[in-house]
Amino acid sequence: MGGFFKSSIGRKVAMALSAFFLMFFLLQHFSINILSVFNPDLFNEVSHFMGTNPLIQFVLQPVLIFGVVFHFVMGFVLEIKNKKARKVAYVKNNGAANSTWMSRNMIYSGVAILAFIVLHFIDFWFPEINTKFIKGDWSGTIEGVEGFRYYEELTHKFVSPIRVGAYVLAFVFLALHLLHGFTSAFQSMGATAGRKKTLQNIGKAYSIIIPLGFIFIALYHHFNH
Amino acid sequence: MNLTLKIWRQKDSNTKGQMVDYKVTDISEHMSFLEMMDVLNEQLVSSGEDPVAFDHDCREGICGMCSMYINGEAHGPDRGVTTCQLHMRMFKDGDTITIEPFRATAFPVLKDLVVDRSAFDRIQHAGGYISVNTSGNTQDANAIPISKHAADEAMDAATCIGCGACVATCKNSSAMLFVGAKVSQYALLPQGQVEAADRVRNMVAQMDLEGFGNCTNTGACEIECPKGISLDNIARMNRELMKASI
Repeated sequence: MGGFFKSSIGRKVAMALSAFFLMFFLLQHFSINILSVFNPDLFNEVSHFMGTNPLIQFVLQPVLIFGVVFHFVMGFVLEIKNKKARKVAYVKNNGAANSTWMSRNMIYSGVAILAFIVLHFIDFWFPEINTKFIKGDWSGTIEGVEGFRYYEELTHKFVSPIRVGAYVLAFVFLALHLLHGFTSAFQSMGATAGRKKTLQNIGKAYSIIIPLGFIFIALYHHFNH
Repeated sequence: MNLTLKIWRQKDSNTKGQMVDYKVTDISEHMSFLEMMDVLNEQLVSSGEDPVAFDHDCREGICGMCSMYINGEAHGPDRGVTTCQLHMRMFKDGDTITIEPFRATAFPVLKDLVVDRSAFDRIQHAGGYISVNTSGNTQDANAIPISKHAADEAMDAATCIGCGACVATCKNSSAMLFVGAKVSQYALLPQGQVEAADRVRNMVAQMDLEGFGNCTNTGACEIECPKGISLDNIARMNRELMKASI
């Protein structure tokens, strides 16, 4: 099996497996974030559970970080290998005649998402790590805020129109990435169903609804706070 | 029709090439693309210039030899055709046509538009066959029951002529449509089962060794394939390799 993951097909499968994991993570992240629009108290409760549960913090969180890093590193490794497979470029290449923009530019939409993740880590993840693992404060509370702090922190981040703009742009790139990535992952796993209408439609729905939902959350809090 | 041709000229594999402009006049719209190239070469020979080297053999879409990248597409703008089946009616009077060799590190240019596609032969040698006794004791093919569906799919995969358009078209120069078709045509049939695991392992290993890129499922190969080989063959190859590796 070790030899399998060294082969070109093995790498494709590894990319697809990490993509499935990240797509599942994105779905659960969205399910929690949308609560901030409809039920701030429940959002606080769920956020506190996610932020303090040992299984999530010490098992799932490291797995998630590994999944994110792996997907990006492998993406870059494959891009470099693929560039080497054609050292002399065509003078004229009509890629639009046979493939979508999204499928040809996964590396660029991926880099845009990576830039967003850096911003997201600076905004949310690093302060969380600092509060919990360096200061040792696992209470989920902060001075001046009644109850848990999570809703207050979330809405505070969406005050700046520049941050909201960057957030919206990043999720547009995420939608473009997913519009090819969703069915591509299934195809890499050997599913011919990836080419059938049902799965293509599920892929399109997921790729548009989830990023659009995140954009809605950002704009909702920006205009209501 | 009168045309301007921008053609890649390269003396040999060690010399740097460049695009060179040529004019051809009075081209009939009923000519095939290769016949138009013949007209150009007659013109070049009569003026004492070196004719443009390009691969061709059967000129009826079967051999897979003609390998030009025309106006940014393998075998030109038509669908389901090789370059010899591409007609000049696909172009307009006054057009400028860009003609390049298939580009891939694994397909080095030998001269002008001729590339070395022996990497495909080496992949075939690695496992694209079945070992059967053909000494006269061969079992009658009709004695082995095969479902119509499997027979049709195997036949569809076997129509691959190994032209390399998939590699030329793929932004990653991946050969997975070719290898997928060659793996599939045997994986679907009972005769291919005995060597199935070794076949896919060896053919994929050889494909990687030749320096082809990784498939990213853009689907461009399927669109440009003159024989309409389906992406399902790549999915089947992936499944076959997973099965062989577990």
